[in-house]
Amino acid sequence: MSTIAAISTPNAAGGIAVIRISGDNAIAVAKRIFIPFGEKCIDTMEGYTCAYGIAHSGGERIDDCILTVFRSPHSYTGEDIVEISCHGGLFVSKKILRAALKNGAVTAEPGEFTKRAYINGKIDLTQAEAVMDIIAAKSEVELKMAESLREGTVYKAAKKCSERILKLLSGLAAWTDYPDEDIPEVEPKALLAELSKIYNDLSALVSDYDRGRILREGVAAAIVGRPNVGKSTLFNCLSGCNRSIVTDIAGTTRDVVEESINLGDIKLRLSDTAGIRDTDDVIEGIGVEIAWKTVEAAELIIAVFDGSCPLKADDIELIKKIKNKKCIAVINKSDKDTAIEEQILKENFIHLVYISAIDNIGISELESAVKEVFEANPESISMTTAANERQRLCIEGALESVKEALDALKYGEMLDAVNVLLDEAEQKILELTGEKITDVVVDEVFSRFCVGK
Amino acid sequence: MTYKMGEFDVIVVGGGHAGIEAALSAARLGCKTAMFTISLDQIANMPCNPSIGGTAKGHLVREIDALGGEMGKAADKCFIQSRMLNRGKGPAVHSLRVQADRVQYHNYMKNVCENQENLCIKQGEVSKLLTENGKVTGIVTSLGAEYSAKAVIIATGTYLKGKIHVGESSYESGPDSALPSIGLSQSLTENGVELRRFKTGTPCRVHKRSINFSVMERQDGDDNIIPFSFDTPVNDLHNKVSCYVSYTNSNTHEVILSNLDRSPLYAGRIEGVGPRYCPSIEDKVVRFSDKPRHQLFVEPMGLSTEEYYLQGMSSSLPEDVQLAFLRTINGLENVEIMRPAYAIEYDCCDPLQLMPTLEFKNISGLYGAGQFNGSSGYEEAAAQGLVAGINAALKIKGRDAVIFERSGSYIGTLIDDLVTKGCSDPYRMMTSRSEYRLILRQDNADQRLMPIGHEIGLVSDERIEKLNTKIKMIESEIKRVSRETIKPTFELNKMLEEKGTASLKTGCKIAELIRRPQLKYSDLMPYDINHSSLPDDVCEQVELQIKYKGYIEKQLVQIEQASKLERKILPQNTDYSKVHGLRLEAAEKLNKVQPASIGQAARISGVSPADVSMLIVWLKKETE
Repeated sequence: MSTIAAISTPNAAGGIAVIRISGDNAIAVAKRIFIPFGEKCIDTMEGYTCAYGIAHSGGERIDDCILTVFRSPHSYTGEDIVEISCHGGLFVSKKILRAALKNGAVTAEPGEFTKRAYINGKIDLTQAEAVMDIIAAKSEVELKMAESLREGTVYKAAKKCSERILKLLSGLAAWTDYPDEDIPEVEPKALLAELSKIYNDLSALVSDYDRGRILREGVAAAIVGRPNVGKSTLFNCLSGCNRSIVTDIAGTTRDVVEESINLGDIKLRLSDTAGIRDTDDVIEGIGVEIAWKTVEAAELIIAVFDGSCPLKADDIELIKKIKNKKCIAVINKSDKDTAIEEQILKENFIHLVYISAIDNIGISELESAVKEVFEANPESISMTTAANERQRLCIEGALESVKEALDALKYGEMLDAVNVLLDEAEQKILELTGEKITDVVVDEVFSRFCVGK
Repeated sequence: MTYKMGEFDVIVVGGGHAGIEAALSAARLGCKTAMFTISLDQIANMPCNPSIGGTAKGHLVREIDALGGEMGKAADKCFIQSRMLNRGKGPAVHSLRVQADRVQYHNYMKNVCENQENLCIKQGEVSKLLTENGKVTGIVTSLGAEYSAKAVIIATGTYLKGKIHVGESSYESGPDSALPSIGLSQSLTENGVELRRFKTGTPCRVHKRSINFSVMERQDGDDNIIPFSFDTPVNDLHNKVSCYVSYTNSNTHEVILSNLDRSPLYAGRIEGVGPRYCPSIEDKVVRFSDKPRHQLFVEPMGLSTEEYYLQGMSSSLPEDVQLAFLRTINGLENVEIMRPAYAIEYDCCDPLQLMPTLEFKNISGLYGAGQFNGSSGYEEAAAQGLVAGINAALKIKGRDAVIFERSGSYIGTLIDDLVTKGCSDPYRMMTSRSEYRLILRQDNADQRLMPIGHEIGLVSDERIEKLNTKIKMIESEIKRVSRETIKPTFELNKMLEEKGTASLKTGCKIAELIRRPQLKYSDLMPYDINHSSLPDDVCEQVELQIKYKGYIEKQLVQIEQASKLERKILPQNTDYSKVHGLRLEAAEKLNKVQPASIGQAARISGVSPADVSMLIVWLKKETE
């Protein structure tokens, strides 16, 4: 079996984080990313022993860590396991995880450590169903994550690259599979030019990821509410800058505005949405539609209500729609007299916070509420990270294959060989959506080219 | 009123390209076999294009040959023009294609079948399938003759409830005016086989004297002809004819567009699903309206006939419209139609009902092959016929079934696609359908499959010894060139520079030079003092294995990863809705496909990696 790696500690505040690597090559992978202080050699370390040293990525120091070795079969999964304990926080642990993935490990599927423990006879047969429950629950969460990622800029940019590679592939396929037809010849030079452009776009994407400018990590949180309850004021207050235009005119925010913010220990990908209401305005209507989509994809809803007036029909509609999601009801304008029916809100929401966004009052209460929501479910946060990492890994893998294809083309290799590398690149991006390369290419050939007897 | 007429081990229904390979392989493996055909004169008929091979299809023919099938040998005997397609695009996509003499091909195949020990050929329409307790027991013909059988292979092509459409007319018919097969569909349905309707089409045949070849582009065969069969000697192979190319124009398209209302397809009279890869000319004109012209090939049907085939012009428009649009084409101004183009609808099964052995999951001893399984093409049919025949025989002999893997052959890819993904239109093999193209080359089909054919019993000891000698020669030559060095000389460096690659300053391993894309193995011969003269096919293998080493190793790793999942066998008749934790969509798909292994399950669209994890845990629990 392959060697898998994942961050095993939840993405909450804590002194340390643990990266777990399991599989036949766990020790070998660890050797490539960890240098023990002193004379110790990871190869010869016995099970249940530790080493203190430096975790690094290609020689670049990441952190001082403790490495623990578990020798097969005496480990959780029954395989060789290496656990690297580093300083807490997502930044360091993710860097170490990436280093492991770069050096021979693959990301663990949902529930995979437990699955392996079962397969290797470390867990009793009676626990099999429990294992399945874990896999099912985790994959459910991950599926949702993947869906929300699909709305993101990174995915959209990656998808564009994949469409361009697909165009090259179907051109090659049609030209190859229908040699007698009237199909444009594939010129290595043109191929090289287009491929270089794709390479640049993909590497920009990877480095964007690393810089974190469009890092899609953290909890997808959406601020929603009917118009003019103060969503944008709250958004600006949380993000610390005037990203959203705030006016008294209902329907000011029409697009979704996004910002990554830290609320206490939890990172939120915060979206400010258009005010939700029935509208005849076409553009505002689109905004409302996008708002609903954002709500659909979000893991946390911050529903804002105007405390200074009674609930309106649009409010009630919203309450109905978000009832089954993780929600915090925020009653804004606590600086004014309360006129809202608090009882109705209390019946529908577990978490209720009073704020005055305009005066920055009640934000710490909101912070605690967010923490409460996720302390009950630390899982979902690490899942976001995992989904993010997988996405990044796919794009990075595609980039590597495109690089190889470019090199092969420059070296003068035959197109059938180049084609295989391009297949590889495309397949890696398609992994984001679960499509299969051979099906996609064949479909594309038939839709783009007029071929036949 | 029925009467008993005999007992067989295997009965094959149909004498087309699938039927022949099925019947021959079963008989050759020692089963008492009968092949039923509606007309003896239709055995191995080519009702569409008079050619064998082509991209990916050429691969299939070579694989069939390596496994001990007949198609390659027949094509070598009956070809009148031969071309290796895609030269210059890399060896993985080289594909052999020949024009064959249609009548001679039929005669050759009929004769091989007639002379095959254990094989009886019978003219008759099989109209009923006999089963008992979910097991095949025999068949009944339309005349009432009952034959018992342990296995029945359905290879009915386009005959099953065949219906021909030409413009506003339609009639029940098999291809080339043969009788259709009427009763069998109902009998299959009663036995629980799910049938569906597909359609395909064929262009006109026209008279040679009415074609003005002088205004068309001529297309000749190769000078250096490579045969399909690994047994056919390479000398004394000659092209006997040329093909020609012409194009449609705006007048052609205008005639077609203004008569669309008379097309049965556009008028909605055809219910069958047509193939995407071979659209009729009216389809092409409508769907690709921006294309100013479409290509057509003018191909001879044989040496003893004046009939020519117009590849690219398949149509179901009325005869008068066909004549009108053909006469707008350069070189066909006075064309004389001998057989009009037609569309044909037929019954076929949903291949998801089949196992990778091509046996029906629900009816023991019943197999499907060829167009009946939703594929299209002579080569695709022959490949399935061979696999169905082999597995029917092995089962009867109490031996283990043979499943061809995607990673080992195009045959395996074809069958896996059919039984795992199903097909929504007639399935054609393409090189882009294989993820292991660099390994599944047509030039190494013998190395990939002959040992399997030998184990099955269709490849003789003599053939396998010949292969082993070849492999030894290849291996020792690769060793030699990897070990020996070539010294830089003035002549060598001059040659290297002329070929556009760096000259040598110090000695260099011969293999290193062979690996350079700019160089051929043969370029180095004059400077490679120790080289011994080796057969061409050995040299080719040495060159390819060295040049593609890195890529081949890459694909081998992928294959190894995939095969781990292939080895995890799933039990049949599983109710996946009872498997705890599977998503609903996955369970539904799995119930329908009943995959043979976890590997196959993972390829089903709608089965996620998490579902696969679930299956692995469940399987482990089941087997404990």
